[in-house]
Amino acid sequence: MKTVRSMVLISNDPKSKANASQEVIAAFKLAIKNLELTDEVAVSTIPEIGMVRNLPLVVIFPEATVYAPVKPEDVPQLVEEHLFKGREVPDLKEKDPDTLRKIAWLTQRKGTLPAENRIALRNVGIIDPESIDDFFAYEGGQAFATALQMTPDLVVEIIKASGLRGRGGAGFPAGIKWDSVRKTPGKKKYVICNADESEPGTFKDRVIMEGDPFSIIEAMLIAAYAIGSDEGYIYIRGEYQLALDRVQKAIQQTREYGGLGKNIFGSGFDFDIHIHAGAGAYICGEETALLESIEGGRGEPRVKPPYPTTSGLWGKPTLINNVETFANIPPIVLNGAQWFKSFGTPSSPGTKVYTILGNVNNTGLIEVPMGITLREVINIYGKGIKGGQFKFAQTGGSSGSIIPASLQDTPMDFDSYRKVGVALGSGALLICNDSNCIVDSVRVLARFFQEECCGKCVPCRVGTDQAWKILTNISEGRGTMEDIAHLEWLSKGLEDFSNCGLGQTAGAPIKNMLDHFRAELEAHIKLGVCPTGVCPMS
Amino acid sequence: MEENLTQSIPTIDELKQEISLILQETEKDRESLIPILHKLTQRFGYISSQALYEISAQTSIPLAEVFSVATFYRMLPTQQRGRHVILFCESLPCHVVGGRELFQALKAELQLEPGETSKDQKWTLLTTSCLGVCNFGPVISIDGNIHGHLTPESLPEILNKYE
Repeated sequence: MKTVRSMVLISNDPKSKANASQEVIAAFKLAIKNLELTDEVAVSTIPEIGMVRNLPLVVIFPEATVYAPVKPEDVPQLVEEHLFKGREVPDLKEKDPDTLRKIAWLTQRKGTLPAENRIALRNVGIIDPESIDDFFAYEGGQAFATALQMTPDLVVEIIKASGLRGRGGAGFPAGIKWDSVRKTPGKKKYVICNADESEPGTFKDRVIMEGDPFSIIEAMLIAAYAIGSDEGYIYIRGEYQLALDRVQKAIQQTREYGGLGKNIFGSGFDFDIHIHAGAGAYICGEETALLESIEGGRGEPRVKPPYPTTSGLWGKPTLINNVETFANIPPIVLNGAQWFKSFGTPSSPGTKVYTILGNVNNTGLIEVPMGITLREVINIYGKGIKGGQFKFAQTGGSSGSIIPASLQDTPMDFDSYRKVGVALGSGALLICNDSNCIVDSVRVLARFFQEECCGKCVPCRVGTDQAWKILTNISEGRGTMEDIAHLEWLSKGLEDFSNCGLGQTAGAPIKNMLDHFRAELEAHIKLGVCPTGVCPMS
Repeated sequence: MEENLTQSIPTIDELKQEISLILQETEKDRESLIPILHKLTQRFGYISSQALYEISAQTSIPLAEVFSVATFYRMLPTQQRGRHVILFCESLPCHVVGGRELFQALKAELQLEPGETSKDQKWTLLTTSCLGVCNFGPVISIDGNIHGHLTPESLPEILNKYE
């Protein structure tokens, strides 16, 4: 299979359809087939393009050249000149500055394809996840072999230089974590892979574990070598039976090959991995709760500091990284930090795996460079909103933020999102159209936190319960204006006084609602109606 | 995982024997407590109070701690359940694609509220947070098998497949 080098995006909104966009799409497919470019050129559509005069509009990447309006009879010439011979067709290019400004969100990724860049998912769906031989055939194990040639300090330096940030939600720089564990004195150290993925809407880690379990083992080997550890754990969510089976098989096969155990491949380096199956508790994804759970106790988060990097599993220095973070390690070691930094934004290099869900035409999993916008995700990958208009997106499962439509052009990376007061979270993008009620949605989120709160600290135990009850009251038409003040106070209190990440982020959806959707909330109380007709209001 | 559960209430001797069998394979330390409880759940479908007592006696972990750990985790039930356990995903991704209507239909169809078991011991209805198959929402899990893209109309057909 050849790699896709160009991508053609064709507008296919109702107005374009009226101007024969369907015929244009068919003509493109035919012309590409005639010139035998099918493997090299991808064709995709944009269901919503906004108020643009000349339609249908065609954008060809990576040059981001805009052609409009394109007629079916223009297509053979376009394909032959631009895609086959590599020459732009000046006569057909869109020159109207107003249009070019309006579709800047489409053309801003000049130089790249709006296709996916797969790093963490590089082997998923390509290799047989139950065959280590297949893994070796796709560069498997080479990164570990490369790392063994380096000093552990150099490995840590590479990860640090790559700027890789934790993909579990918080975005903490992975290299700094590795460095901290490496520098903490101690004979016994642990490497833990956090695969307790339970953020609603997130299933990227499941896909990686089910599709490419060997890469996780390889990354843990590299991490263990770098920090000086000889024992590791993978904490997999109990509900993920297939992932548990696959990782178990992968560990067994690696062990049979001599890739785990004593004196690995004659290098004098020892490392082995245990699997711990979770037992159904969201909170165990919090790193210190996860440690408590491995030790055989209730999954209640510890007070930090001390951080796990200095005092983790059984009090020993422990490195805990998310599955997706680990999946990025072998390519970084193999290709270098500079290569990794060529993806994404300066502050958040690399790619991110997102799950696209909710009211879009195409749901699923994508891996794209950091820094693309929600608008791009919805229109290019999600193939547009299903029914109605885009109202808000919910990122990162329940501990993410609610992103109103007004922020859909903010680049999605850790720092740009923080600047506008929202969070990227773990990579779920739940896209909601205008038939969803904000109060109802936040109530469901509050219910989730109330249910999953471990009960250890009072602010979270009482706060999440109060928030849920108040929101239920409002959605049933019993809300008062004092409730809004109370919610404001609760969301602040949860953030300031809770012990762990669950409580600290439980107030975030409430805060986002108050910031961006206050009018809709007040309508429930002052007018006694739910504007979208979702809440019972009885 | 919950497919091979036997529904008859185990006798104390059966429990004792099963627990000592499990303990032959694992260490008796604190770290093994959750794996032991997992295995008992797989074997009997739930962890009875006698089972908790026996684990405590055979591992020397205090009963209060065994109880506190078992009751903390959702997948370690301490109450007997029906022959088929339905987990309904009540997280937002399923909620916005029709989960709300589906839950009303499910409750009406089974005549159960969440947490209840039907009188004939056929169904137990439980709510759960995300099952990690959100692109097929709304989703329910019956005995560990996932059914996705459900609607109130397609629900009875699925439920009728279970005896």
